Amino acid sequence: MAPSLSDVMTPDAAALAAAQKGEGRAPLKAGSPEHDLFTGLTRLGDNCLILGHRVSEWCGHAPVLEEDIALANMALDLIGQTQLWLGLAGEVEGRGRDADALAFRRDGWDFHNILLVERPNGDFGQTLMRQFLFDAWHAPMLKALEGSSDDRIAAIAQKAGKEVAYHIERSADLVIRLGDGTEESHARMQAALEALWGYAGEAFIADAVDTRLAEAGLMPAPESLRATFDETVNAVFAEAALTRPESDFAHKGGKQGRHSEHMGHLLTDMQWLQRAYPDAKW
Amino acid sequence: MVRPALEQVWDWLGEVPDPEIPVISLTDLGIIRDVAWDDDTLVVTVTPTYSGCPATSVINFEIEKKLRDEGVGQLRLERQLTPPWTTDWIKPQAREALKAYGIAPPIDGTAADGVLAGRISRLSGQSNLAVECPRCGSTKTEKVSQFGSTPCKAAYRCTDCLEPFDYFKCI
Ligand SMILES: [Zn+2]
Repeated sequence: MAPSLSDVMTPDAAALAAAQKGEGRAPLKAGSPEHDLFTGLTRLGDNCLILGHRVSEWCGHAPVLEEDIALANMALDLIGQTQLWLGLAGEVEGRGRDADALAFRRDGWDFHNILLVERPNGDFGQTLMRQFLFDAWHAPMLKALEGSSDDRIAAIAQKAGKEVAYHIERSADLVIRLGDGTEESHARMQAALEALWGYAGEAFIADAVDTRLAEAGLMPAPESLRATFDETVNAVFAEAALTRPESDFAHKGGKQGRHSEHMGHLLTDMQWLQRAYPDAKW
Repeated sequence: MVRPALEQVWDWLGEVPDPEIPVISLTDLGIIRDVAWDDDTLVVTVTPTYSGCPATSVINFEIEKKLRDEGVGQLRLERQLTPPWTTDWIKPQAREALKAYGIAPPIDGTAADGVLAGRISRLSGQSNLAVECPRCGSTKTEKVSQFGSTPCKAAYRCTDCLEPFDYFKCI
């Protein structure tokens, strides 16, 4: 008998059954190493998920066909990476929640993405600038995670890093072409930079969870990535004829679950089907 | 039960076409990392091309279908992330097949590395890759977009014969 698609996609049945037995287990204790790791992994996964969702909103609406396709493919990469990070988060938590459960059945305050990725798409320039600022952090973050003391984290980082290397090539290339383009495109890119710059710094601000994860060698200290980020953005802005805003003031709270008003709207759109029809299969 | 020889299993898998590029097989693509027996269960280890590749589940389905059709009763598919898949693993004969199919094969050693600062001038100029047009063979080609019809490809255009084509990016 030919297998059905859903059968093949089901992971190891024994592992799944074992995980499901943990469903009644108590939530992880805040401050415990498992809770820290779970939080760190959801921060990684939620960044990819929320940005992936935002980018996918462009599907069918981009200014030119090539960019429409490129945006859809970037979203696809990010959602794929989400499955890896949130899949591991669910495994670490051990309460039977898989990547889908974490993506579609958590409420806003349980999401740990930085505020930057939930910013609305705005015009194409804002979408690109948001992507570039994210990529300029994401690429060195993944490079550092390749050295994680947890092999599972290192493996995902290695895989995702190869994909993100192309993301940053694309976003930097387009920021330069549009920044150093026409008067109109330059003005839009400069406006996008000014609107988004205040959201670029959150990724580099450590809280107690970050510090403990760094001490355990699991994830890099957030501030250790700042120099590479600055080097990248300064070089690209110089080439793009864009002026970096003077103040490095950073809005924060997303990593701790305090989100902007945009997050609720995004989740409503992203989660409604799984909320209305739990466990619905394609 | 009779356990088919592993060489036989590899041959069977070599007959399974990639669902998106049917002129090359799964073994040509280099995504089958291992085939082994665990008692009476055949274990096939597969590595994904891209994390979000929508073909992954179809590939798993095709592997299972092929092996079941050949009479393998007990089968387990395992996912392996490291070492991550690279286009270096695409077999030489498959590169020719790609070209004949209209897709420029990857140029080894040109993968993006995510380190930008030293290469800004390259980024702001045209691509420095001499990608050969699979239709007319000209190297007068230009990149239209870093992402083509799938994440694994970039969109290119030939300035000689004017045809657009896909380039299988090196990763
Ligand atoms: Zn040509």
